[in-house]
Amino acid sequence: MAAPLVLGILVAVTVRAVLYRSSLAGFISERVEVASPLNAWKRVVEGLALLDLGVSPYSGDVFHETPLIIYLFHFLIEYSELVFMITDVLTAVALYLAVQDFNKVVFKKQKLLIELDRYASDVAELIRTPMEMHYIPLKVALFYLLNPYTVMSCVAKSTCAINNTVIAFFILATIKGSTLLSAIFLSIATYQSLYPLTLFAPALLYLLQRQFIPVKLKSKDFWLYTTQYAALYLCSLVVIVCLSFFLLNSWDFIPSVYGFILSVPDLTPNIGLFWYFFAEMFEHFSLFFVCVFQINVFFYTIPLAVKLKEHPIFFLFIQLAIISIFKSYPTVGDVALYMAFLPLWSHLYRFLRNIFILSCVLIVCSLLFPVLWHLWIYAGSANSNFYYAITLTFNVGQILLISDYFYAFLRREYYLTHGLYLTRKDGTEAMLVLK
Amino acid sequence: MAWAVAAVLGLLLLLGSPGGCGGSPGPPRDSLREELLLSPLPSGDIAATFQFRARWDSELHREGVSHYRLFPKALGQLISKYLVRELHLSLTQGFWRTRTWGQPYLQAPAGAELWVWFQDSVTDVDKAWKELSNILSGIFCASLNFIDSTNTVTPTASFKPLGLANVTDHHLLRYAVLPREIVCTENLTPWKKLLPCSSKAGLAVLLKAERLFHTSYHSQAVHIRPICRDASCLSVSWELRQTLTVVFDTFSIGQGKRDWSLFKMFSRTVTEACPLASESKIYVDISSKTQENELLEVTPPPLSVHEASVQGDRRTYAVYDLLSPLLFNVSRSLNVQLKWKRPQDSLDLSTPVLHAQRYVSGYGLQTGEISTLIYNTHPYRAFPVILLETVPWYLRLYVHTLVITTKGKENKPSYIHYQPAQDRRRPHLLEMLIQLPANSVTKITIQFERALLKWTEYTPDPNHGFYVSPSVLSALVPSVLAMKAEDAEKSPLFTSLFPSADGSSYFVRLYTEPLLVNLPTPDFSMPYNVICLTCTVVAVCYGSFYNLLTRTFHVEEPSRGGLAKRLANIIRKVRGVPPL
Repeated sequence: MAAPLVLGILVAVTVRAVLYRSSLAGFISERVEVASPLNAWKRVVEGLALLDLGVSPYSGDVFHETPLIIYLFHFLIEYSELVFMITDVLTAVALYLAVQDFNKVVFKKQKLLIELDRYASDVAELIRTPMEMHYIPLKVALFYLLNPYTVMSCVAKSTCAINNTVIAFFILATIKGSTLLSAIFLSIATYQSLYPLTLFAPALLYLLQRQFIPVKLKSKDFWLYTTQYAALYLCSLVVIVCLSFFLLNSWDFIPSVYGFILSVPDLTPNIGLFWYFFAEMFEHFSLFFVCVFQINVFFYTIPLAVKLKEHPIFFLFIQLAIISIFKSYPTVGDVALYMAFLPLWSHLYRFLRNIFILSCVLIVCSLLFPVLWHLWIYAGSANSNFYYAITLTFNVGQILLISDYFYAFLRREYYLTHGLYLTRKDGTEAMLVLK
Repeated sequence: MAWAVAAVLGLLLLLGSPGGCGGSPGPPRDSLREELLLSPLPSGDIAATFQFRARWDSELHREGVSHYRLFPKALGQLISKYLVRELHLSLTQGFWRTRTWGQPYLQAPAGAELWVWFQDSVTDVDKAWKELSNILSGIFCASLNFIDSTNTVTPTASFKPLGLANVTDHHLLRYAVLPREIVCTENLTPWKKLLPCSSKAGLAVLLKAERLFHTSYHSQAVHIRPICRDASCLSVSWELRQTLTVVFDTFSIGQGKRDWSLFKMFSRTVTEACPLASESKIYVDISSKTQENELLEVTPPPLSVHEASVQGDRRTYAVYDLLSPLLFNVSRSLNVQLKWKRPQDSLDLSTPVLHAQRYVSGYGLQTGEISTLIYNTHPYRAFPVILLETVPWYLRLYVHTLVITTKGKENKPSYIHYQPAQDRRRPHLLEMLIQLPANSVTKITIQFERALLKWTEYTPDPNHGFYVSPSVLSALVPSVLAMKAEDAEKSPLFTSLFPSADGSSYFVRLYTEPLLVNLPTPDFSMPYNVICLTCTVVAVCYGSFYNLLTRTFHVEEPSRGGLAKRLANIIRKVRGVPPL
């Protein structure tokens, strides 16, 4: 299995290298879908230039990266292209190893449930076999590496790639069962962009499952483990934040990074929903709606944790998707990360209802983004509404895609426990509805 | 006993009398000088510069002053209340074309410009600045109340005090420009009211709005600064200069002819000097490039001729002293007329040593580039220039794209001060000290990104564009001939605008053009629609997830059929057809 992966990596690196040397590199790095005010490479260079001039990069409103990025690129700025290619490769390898391990866990659990006779009798078609699961890790890695979104993100040198790498390592550490590493990588991911905080719940659920600790609110073990994990996470977060303080000897980075993410002052267009909404918002309600939109990202965690506590990795996937759709400055690099997980759920294909139309919507919207941007900004023959409409359609497409996968997952679970060929009381074929 | 009482009484009388101990010298002296300078420009136009200088030997900050004579009370109270050390306000319409008109005496940027040095005893400079700009807005009927933190900067190297200064902590300086400000009669009237003779006597009778605003360039300014009272400089006087510069265009006013007269320009003539003025003069620039014959014939013939070295050039001026009784001997009114003796050839055009140009390049509404070209036409001397750029926050400058090239090679500035902008709080400030080699063009380029603003932050005409205030170039230009420092009181006012350090160079402050930049606009008719549509998308997600999280799968129970099915079955039974 390593050989096809290495081949895939080589192809991906070649594609990126070719694009770096072509004239498309400049065009791609200017694209607002790929580079947002939070992770554009131009702003990293600007921040380092300000540091050279003796001005704090956080004194203006151009640089919104964490001090970790300053530390990293202060020495590596000459090799930036290499750094981004390596981060992409690392993400792919981490996802490959994580999914490989996860497949083993899934197969073991399935065997256990079959032996315990939990499944209905006629669900043989739905049982997953090692044969079909053999190529999934490779598919996941290639889905990430060769996804046009990822390639564009890498060529634009958007630091979203670094965020993706940290999250991938966090997933790998969680699936391997290492509490400490999982907490550390999660704290780095939260430190980089606030939203991975919500991934605490699925990681905790998975680790509890791995330790065979049942999730019962009265159980002492449960609380012990939870506090242990939370303490590790919070302590590493505090350590990283304090280390950042010592870079420039000021806490300026906190309002500049986290204040910026939460209060959304910069209305540069991107593929998300925030920019036009706040460009057209009445001043009076601005604070209210900022709070509503930010809470929207975080509040699906608890209900999903209740519903999906037996399936934490699927929960992780849904949570990642919600973060990518509803974060304040999304880019296609974030979309690429959760899309890399889709091969993991390829066994749900028969239950997906709208997959064809949704994939058409997503592809057409991706193609229309640069067209309508050009018409608005350069040709002047369209206005901002055109680009906004495509943003809305793209987000609706993503939302329906995620809910379609969720529906398919829940349906498969129902069939597994109740049997595939359902009959009504009078013997005719049954219809399944959500009530 | 009686002699003791008498002695005490005498002592009391001595102490009580107002001229008793110490002896206050009486009300402070003030003097007014007024002056008009007519300078024909190489392109055939004519520039008229009025200067009214009121000098008051009083220390406004220390003594409680209540008796104002020549110094206007409005400004005097302003200075003492806000502890102002220097104040410079200018309102300008038009742009001084340095390349066709030559170097200006005192250039001002298009729009309104205000810069103030406060005393070091001021505790909250920003608060004083805000109140000061609001009060000036009321005094001059200009919308200076739009000066706030988004267009105010604190320069570190430019705008050093023009008057006496012992403390130069640049945190006491504030500078703001409003490039969109329009100057009109409404601003001229309160400016004229500050003059002691108003517009009733002296040179101010020429200031009629209908003629003054029919010009290519109109700039009125107020400069207040402390100066030395005398040569020993032990005490401080306050100087208020009100200057007004207009340039009459040869084609629209002159009807194509280059002959000018006071009547043709102002539709008025001068009949008397201001009775309150200690000096009232009209200077006409009659200097010529060649010494043999003069270019200009001035009538009535001037009583005296004054030679001065101004901006590195030796110039000759015809002087009309309105206070001298000989002037109004022949006629009651003075109408100075200028006639060109021979056709002017364009060789008379002398390129100014330092001039600059600025423009925006790039296409589309996403990015752009600001380029400034600075020309040093001095044949052999290089000199440094300080460039001050204030760019509003919504044009995000990228200082790593700053490139300065001279003659194809990179030119590194010896001093850079860059203060990045904060969104909606303060603008970008870029100050650089650049060395200009002799006979060269220096190009400074910096790239920017245009921001999308909230819909309420656009002006009512958003597609007009947004103004970027002119950049300021300050330099000590080396002069060809050595100028000796003349006594400020005896030399004409136009030579003593800027304090000169030594005779080998003169100070010049130039402004470039303001820029007009378009920003991408949202659709202003759509706030409700946008809110509804975006909330709908969020609700789609919420609804789908709510359904999937709270509902479970059930096998559908057969129902007896809906109403439509039952009705259809009834009809079928009537027809005799089997039911559904």
